[in-house]
Amino acid sequence: MMGTIFGIPPQALFGQLLLGLINGSFYALLSLGLAVIFGMLNVINFAHGALYMMGAFVSWLLLTQLGIGYWWSLLLAPVIVGLFGVLLEKTLLARLYKLDHLYGLLLTFGVALMVEGAFRHQYGVSGQPYPIPEALRGGQNLGFMFLPNYRGWVVVASLVMCLGTWMAIERTKLGAYLRAATENPVLVQAFGINVPRMVTLTYAFGVALAGLAGVLAAPIYQVSPLMGTNLIIVVFAVVVIGGMGSILGAVVTGYGLGLLEGLTKVFYPEASNIVVFVIMAVVLMIKPAGLFGREK
Amino acid sequence: MNARLLAGAALAALTIGTVASGPALAQGKLSGDTVKIGVLNDRSGLYADLGGEGSAIAARMAAEEFGNKILGKPIQIVTADHQNKPDIGSNLARQWIDQDGVDVIVDVPNSGVALAVQEVTREKKTVFLMEGPATSRLTGDACSPTGFHWAYDTHALAVGTGRAMVQEGGKSWFFLTADYAFGHQLESDASAEVKKAGGTVKGAVRTPLNTSDFSSFLLQAQSSGAQVVGLANAGGDTITSIKQAAEFGLTQSGQQKLAGLLIFLSDVHALGLSVAQDLVLTTGFYWDMDDEKRAWSKKFGERHGGKMPTMVQAGSYSAVRHYLKAVEAAGTDDGPTVAAKMKEMPVDDMFTKNGKILANGRLIHDMYLARVKKPSESKGPWDYYQILRTIPGAEAFATLEESGCKIAAK
Amino acid sequence: MTLHSHSAPAGAGPASVQAGGLPLARIGGVVALAVLVVAPFILYPVFLMKVLCFALFACAFNLLIGFAGLMSFGHAAFFGSAAYVTAHTVKVWGLSPELGILLGALCAAGFGLIFGAIAIRRQGIYFAMITLALSQMVFFIALQVPFTHGEDGIQAVPRGTLFGLFDLSQPLTMYYTVLAIFLFGFAVIWRTVHSPFGQVLKAIRENEPRAISLGYRTERYKLMAFVLSAALTGVAGGTKAIVFQLATLTDVTWQMSGEVVLMTLLGGMGTLTGPVVGAALVVTLENYLAATNLPVPVVIGAIFVICVLLFRRGIAGEILARFGKGRS
Repeated sequence: MMGTIFGIPPQALFGQLLLGLINGSFYALLSLGLAVIFGMLNVINFAHGALYMMGAFVSWLLLTQLGIGYWWSLLLAPVIVGLFGVLLEKTLLARLYKLDHLYGLLLTFGVALMVEGAFRHQYGVSGQPYPIPEALRGGQNLGFMFLPNYRGWVVVASLVMCLGTWMAIERTKLGAYLRAATENPVLVQAFGINVPRMVTLTYAFGVALAGLAGVLAAPIYQVSPLMGTNLIIVVFAVVVIGGMGSILGAVVTGYGLGLLEGLTKVFYPEASNIVVFVIMAVVLMIKPAGLFGREK
Repeated sequence: MNARLLAGAALAALTIGTVASGPALAQGKLSGDTVKIGVLNDRSGLYADLGGEGSAIAARMAAEEFGNKILGKPIQIVTADHQNKPDIGSNLARQWIDQDGVDVIVDVPNSGVALAVQEVTREKKTVFLMEGPATSRLTGDACSPTGFHWAYDTHALAVGTGRAMVQEGGKSWFFLTADYAFGHQLESDASAEVKKAGGTVKGAVRTPLNTSDFSSFLLQAQSSGAQVVGLANAGGDTITSIKQAAEFGLTQSGQQKLAGLLIFLSDVHALGLSVAQDLVLTTGFYWDMDDEKRAWSKKFGERHGGKMPTMVQAGSYSAVRHYLKAVEAAGTDDGPTVAAKMKEMPVDDMFTKNGKILANGRLIHDMYLARVKKPSESKGPWDYYQILRTIPGAEAFATLEESGCKIAAK
Repeated sequence: MTLHSHSAPAGAGPASVQAGGLPLARIGGVVALAVLVVAPFILYPVFLMKVLCFALFACAFNLLIGFAGLMSFGHAAFFGSAAYVTAHTVKVWGLSPELGILLGALCAAGFGLIFGAIAIRRQGIYFAMITLALSQMVFFIALQVPFTHGEDGIQAVPRGTLFGLFDLSQPLTMYYTVLAIFLFGFAVIWRTVHSPFGQVLKAIRENEPRAISLGYRTERYKLMAFVLSAALTGVAGGTKAIVFQLATLTDVTWQMSGEVVLMTLLGGMGTLTGPVVGAALVVTLENYLAATNLPVPVVIGAIFVICVLLFRRGIAGEILARFGKGRS
């Protein structure tokens, strides 16, 4: 570990890049869910951040109220959030499909306010502590930085989920139906496939991903009603840069922007908050449909 | 089109007229028949736990000591949520004073909102009792003849924690600073104290408000090699940074110590002792120090879900009580008269003994340097602090001359 | 692909412009004006001024969504940046309020040009997302540049004297100034909507390819509408900074962008008066709720959901649609 890279000690550079990758894992998971939903429903799910928060809160409630630990939460919380998604889609969103897609955005915006407001009212915003599971405590000294085991786990879990989802959509029969239904729902319906149910399940799956991200985030960040609000706009930008509805675009851009943010923190920390938006503006000027998107 | 447009305009105007008349009708006219106390704070946001309803309860407890009556007239307490927005806060304060006959405004955490409300109360000559806000500007360049700063301020926090940590051997510092006026001031106050006490400042990093991930900043703090990492932030930022510092093994290595410059009892409660242990902090009040404080805090806890009071909530009680005593002594609720009376009288209650108020409105009282207990040391719920030393009021707070308050010079 | 293809556009077509002049409606307009003139003697003037500022904000926003079919989710950037510029120029540079507001509006128009240039090529939901992200960038800039004083905002802005004549620290003088500014903004929007320019905008809203085939350079029209909307939003933001004597981050957050969408949606998109009604209702509601224990965001969110599901025309839209049916 001698010398410097562009005048920056390699410790700092590698450290920040690794942290960027961890942040990118959350971006990727969340934007993946958004992309799946947008691809199928053409709805920008503004409530995504709120549902991510809900995932974290559900796991916190499971722990404190019922004594159910992290590993079960990892399974249960996304399911619960997914069920909430089913409810949301069936009762509210389904009424809007014939209208302009913007109404979906407005509706989910209202839902986000309600969900966040309700949790805020109930639990305040100081944030609730969630302990790191026993098995993942401690960390590794990588030479250039101290990597908490839990953060390493987050990167692995997120990579597995993203890859799994991508494979499921691109390589399985169910995924093929899904893609077909996105292109031409009427035709797919004619083949005897229940498209409305598929839409519901897609939405549920997308928000379950957000719930999962919430569970993963709970031990790192405070479980707070505002945790989603702060994240969601960045994730929106990620989706726009990746190309809306593009699964691969969402995942790649998620990790990429995480890394890029990490780099910015090394070279010009003040800009780390806006770098994502600057990239977005540049990408849109060159490729209006986003990096991986198709022009309609 | 004109027809529809104009009809619409009429509709619009009527809506404004009828709808808007609601709040006005609901509000009574200003009258000298009551003393109205307005507790204005964050009731749902970042600072709801350190003040919030607890401050209102504390104010009610003070009023009850007077039998809810003063000079034969009833005492009324109203509350509102400023949502941490200076515009909402100043608007509510203005409306309270103009329309509802509120005589005194209490608490107002969040320095930004407090500065805004201070402008209103200065203009309206209304007494303003500040427990929640931190910035020492409130009794400095932004001071007001009717403004009182009660529980703590950035200067006292810097003196307490900064000086004490250096004396305990923490010579070199690195700051994590919340990137706004309050954080900057806390950092500069603390840096000055550290240097004065013979320490050095190795660097600082500015973190955006409400950062959810401090890991990259902690990495910088770690590689700076400083002995003390000072947290010049508040509320959620403090909690997150402490939690993540623990995660990244900042303090476990034994080389670095964390110094929280602004930490409330409610923050420690939210963090849990296993994360917060050994944190050193400065506070203006701790419930478990003497019988009087314990007795009052127990009564408070009974009305507030078992929670022990923060220094903000205890301060609200003390300030309201002192205000009411001054009203009684002055025989009026006229702002400037009561304010002058308050400054004449010593503050004597469970919060402080023989506290004095400077001409700029700063209450001089003892501050305490505390260490957060390890889980093994804690004997029960809310047994969180070990008091390391008492910082005499005269040492903790800026003098009138140092404060830079212009009205004080007169 | 517009929000209006399903709802009856209120007051469409040049024909209806000449159709007005009914005595009843005239009376309505006069009554409205009279109410606004008398209002400060009955109601709290600061509250009324807040309503008027937000009403102008919503009207300016509505110019875009209601008449050009462009849904911006980033209007807070214009509102807030103008507030900052006005507050700074008046407080630090010592400019008069009218110059301060003018500079605020210019700044907003400048941002409008930049936003527009980037976003205008996309429609619908893409347009909304891009404006949202750009406004978030403005938020972070406002958080970091020193002159905005970060979290604390610019406070103690003097109200000053208008044109060197009218002392704005008098509540009534201030109120009538705000009223005049609002009426001016409203008139500009009214003129715009009923000008040939406004007709082209509506044509674009209804069918953009057709407008292009008719030889209109639609992007340029949309950009002009965007800049005009941003500038008027700036006027509202600057005025608000003078009224409340402060400019803070609240005005630049994306929640503020959401709020103006709600006001417009609730009152009625694409109607001239709807946004005014919506703004009055939302501001009143927030005032009420602040004094209760009800969680404000939950109520606001619920109204949003109900509006989207049941009242897509908004209050004024519903009333005008019924009123208009029997007439046309």
